Amino acid sequence: MINLPHSFGYLRSRETLARSQVLQRSWSLMIDLSVAGICLACFYGVVLLARYWFGHPTPQIEISLSPRALPLYAFYSIVRIWMAYALSLIFAIVYGYTAAYNHRIEALMIAGLDILQSIPVLSFLPGVMLAMVALFPTRQIGLELGAIILIFTGQVWNMAFSFYSSLKSLPRELREATIIYRFSPWQRLMQLELPYAAIGLVWNSMVSVAGGWFFLMVCEMFVLGTRDFRLPGLGSYLQTAASTGNGSAIAWGLFTMIAIIVATDQLVWRPIIAWSDKFKFEQVETTSRVTSPLLHLFQNSRGLQALQKHTIQPIAEAVYQRFAENRQRLLAATAPSTPRAARNRQRGISVLQWIVLLAVVGVIGYAAIHALYLLREVKRTQFLQIMGGAMATFFRVNTSLLLASLWTIPVGVAIGFHPRLARIAQPLAQIAASVPATALFPILVMALVQMGGGLGTASILLMMLGTQWYILFNVIAGAMAIPSDLREVAQLYHFTTVQRWKTLILPGIFPYLITGLVTASGGAWNASIIAEYFRVRNQTLQTFGLGAIISAATDSGEFHILLLATIVMAGMVVTINRLVWRPLYHLAETRYKLGG
Amino acid sequence: MRAIFLLSLYYGHYKALQGNDTLSAKPAKCSGLQIPTNFQFQKTELMPPVIIRAEQVEKYYAQPSENRIQVISPTDLTISEGEIVALLGPSGSGKSTLLRMLTGLSTPSAGQVYWHEKPVSSGEANVAIVFQSFALFPWLTVVENVEAPLKARGMEPAERRKRAVKMLDTVGLDGFQTAYPKELSGGMRQRVGFARALVVEPEVLFMDEPFSALDVLTAENLRSELLELWHNKTMPTRAIFIVTHNIEEAVLLADRIIVLGRNPGHVRTDFKVALAHPRDRKAPAFTQLVDYIYKVLTQPERKLPALPLTPEGKPVRDQRQMHYQMLPHARPGGIAGLLEILLDHNGKDDIYRLADDLAFEIDDLLPIVDAAQLLGFLTVNEGDAAITPSGAEYANSEILRQKELFRTAAVENVLLLRQIVRAIEAKSDKSVPEEFFHDVLDEQFSEDETIRQLETAINWGRYAELFDFDASRRRFTQPEKLEEVSSGEIEE
Repeated sequence: MINLPHSFGYLRSRETLARSQVLQRSWSLMIDLSVAGICLACFYGVVLLARYWFGHPTPQIEISLSPRALPLYAFYSIVRIWMAYALSLIFAIVYGYTAAYNHRIEALMIAGLDILQSIPVLSFLPGVMLAMVALFPTRQIGLELGAIILIFTGQVWNMAFSFYSSLKSLPRELREATIIYRFSPWQRLMQLELPYAAIGLVWNSMVSVAGGWFFLMVCEMFVLGTRDFRLPGLGSYLQTAASTGNGSAIAWGLFTMIAIIVATDQLVWRPIIAWSDKFKFEQVETTSRVTSPLLHLFQNSRGLQALQKHTIQPIAEAVYQRFAENRQRLLAATAPSTPRAARNRQRGISVLQWIVLLAVVGVIGYAAIHALYLLREVKRTQFLQIMGGAMATFFRVNTSLLLASLWTIPVGVAIGFHPRLARIAQPLAQIAASVPATALFPILVMALVQMGGGLGTASILLMMLGTQWYILFNVIAGAMAIPSDLREVAQLYHFTTVQRWKTLILPGIFPYLITGLVTASGGAWNASIIAEYFRVRNQTLQTFGLGAIISAATDSGEFHILLLATIVMAGMVVTINRLVWRPLYHLAETRYKLGG
Repeated sequence: MRAIFLLSLYYGHYKALQGNDTLSAKPAKCSGLQIPTNFQFQKTELMPPVIIRAEQVEKYYAQPSENRIQVISPTDLTISEGEIVALLGPSGSGKSTLLRMLTGLSTPSAGQVYWHEKPVSSGEANVAIVFQSFALFPWLTVVENVEAPLKARGMEPAERRKRAVKMLDTVGLDGFQTAYPKELSGGMRQRVGFARALVVEPEVLFMDEPFSALDVLTAENLRSELLELWHNKTMPTRAIFIVTHNIEEAVLLADRIIVLGRNPGHVRTDFKVALAHPRDRKAPAFTQLVDYIYKVLTQPERKLPALPLTPEGKPVRDQRQMHYQMLPHARPGGIAGLLEILLDHNGKDDIYRLADDLAFEIDDLLPIVDAAQLLGFLTVNEGDAAITPSGAEYANSEILRQKELFRTAAVENVLLLRQIVRAIEAKSDKSVPEEFFHDVLDEQFSEDETIRQLETAINWGRYAELFDFDASRRRFTQPEKLEEVSSGEIEE
């Protein structure tokens, strides 16, 4: 998973593919042809998918290990991730918008976001899969939807939060300008709210999509008891390759994965970041900019321009005119009415709102009570076991955080302080970080077990694998943000190494370190579900822990234990966030903020 | 309209409007002040039609307890055709709040604003606002920014573009259509702000401190261009309403000036200015008028207006009668600086001249004057500040003695500081949480003001070594003894 701190990475590695001079010659025909090619490819992809999805589900999917099968598998995996992402984006915007503008439910929605963010998504896997398969019993689409929804639940929350906080921090005078100049809600969304939130959404999208790979690997290899829900994809390919010990297949799989991630970076994120540059809410123009040849291609294609001129623009104009007319009509209708009538109408709306609210509360209450009924089946010994497991996992999570900090802080500071080192190390670290930890799990577990270590220690390493990057990248960003005059002061007065770390480096990177640790801690809890319990070549490796209990309950279909263990895990994550991370965060914001 | 405008220029002259029928409940408390005689004229004979009429509008925030925090007391106000109205007042007098109520952006807590005798909330008032921060959309080009309000009205693209370009031409931004706001200087950005405001052909153009984010020369230039547009009738606007804290700016631009007082906001005086344009800053009539406004602003009000009742019949709590004084947000260093300058001017000077010498605007200077007055270091009479003996001693002393004088004056005159010191002494662990005073002040001030009051109190208390403040635990603590010993030694 990549977590790129702001203004980082892209600003440094932009020379690699930037051959914009070539594109600046006006090869309009070539550009149009390539755009047409892209469209055709998309069309074919949709046809292919439709044929596959609406086919009958093959009960046992054989994962072919031939490299020739890889392009198709990779294609399926990519589609899953981007479908989930599209869903996340829409949901995040709707959720953030509703939360920001409905004062009555705002607090509830934000608390919900906070909790949903901390719940281990993987616990929902069996429920979601079973529900979706039940919905579409004879179609492949049920399974696919299950996987997509699961990836979605792993991606959406940070995006929703980002959009919400952007809306909340809109400058007051800009908002007033939209009111005084009679913007319709649509125009306000298009010209103020979305542009203002764009940069935050883009960065969070990158984090989300990277996180999507993590969950994808798990979703594609889902087995519930005797039922096999495996999906053809890159994740299942890698896992099958690992469990059969096919070295060349593992290499092919990893190569494809890295290629996809690098390509996504170049072909999707870079153009989007270059494009979103104009949404920066700044008064002065920055000198360093991200460029993208692909964006240049799109913006200069005559075909696309003509298409936009003849489709999008007339539609947009029609929309705006419609809104303006509606407003006029509304004004004409309300002008003679007295304030009392307006108040009555408001009351009418609020009655309807109450009915909806009651219905929602009713459904939630019904479901919650049924879920709690499940818990009655939990025996005392099982409860104690879950509690013990929670302690063991708590210990493991924190050990992995500690170990990760021990190597990432010195390395991160070194990279941050030495620009030349950064130029070499950063692209490497980014690629290393972008390989989802779950893809490497099978390979690593096999290696570790063969070396004789138990899964108990191996799982700590596995958790580190997924989460150390959050800490590393944040520490690098923190070290880069320490003003050079402060470093010069330390040099001038001959600070000892200990003094340098205590008075300059650690306080300087503290806010960044905390951000990294919070994210890493959440990630480690989630990873424990896969790290502590592993099935390979028809044998199950497991160690004692909350994650293992959740996975085992999923495997055997013991939903009451699954539910309780999930509640315990979510409770622990939320509690730790409130009691430990939030005060530390506050401290970082108030005391250790540089250039406050 | 032009005829009426000219009439008001030649015949209409300013006068305090205590008895004027358009402003009935106007408690103008300037009884001790003489408006310069050469400007006192009879009432305007031709009353131009009224566009906006605010009737007993007020703004308050209800508190959890029975109190409410009054921001603006019930106020009547009119804006008529053909006039530029300037709204002046110190910070905290609710200038911007009043502007937002007049435009319909904010609903008054009580009272009603009428546009052509229709409630502003039900109809469509054709207004535009020029904002202090420009409020341009940085992701839209200059021409798209200007077009946006027209787009909201559903205008055809071609017509929209034509009008936007024409308006940009009018404000002198021809050729900058496709630039982004961030590529422009502050003055050019505000020109875009003007173009966007004027392109909707507003009946009344509102401006909320439009020039205060610009440097002096740019502001001067924009002001004169605005006047030129207005007098040449290049813009279709019927009236301009400008909020400012710059007195000279008000006198330069306005046909009518309204001065607000604070705690809560209320109209102190409302008069017409009949100086011919272009106005000369150095002309005696001009400076006399500026001086007069300074006097109004610095003169304490003698009689308080009657307090309004809440709907339940309980009297509204007025901040002046409250327990705690409102601490002016000035730094001790600023107070010392002002006193030293005053000493150089033989201990007494006109506040207007002081502000002019320092190139300060009233928002910068008044809090310092108020603070020095509160501490008994100077007195203000008829717009003149005079240093007191304790003030002179303070200005002449070295730093440790200054702190001691400040400490004595602060404990004697500032209730909040006195209470903090006592509370610390009374506690066995010699520390009191900030929260405690926050809750006490909260009853009296709005949330923001409470925080600012505490900030000022902490600033003063730390300077005077009355107490220390632990920012990470948010607690007031006793200052370390070491410093008292050292200051004692120096005294001997």
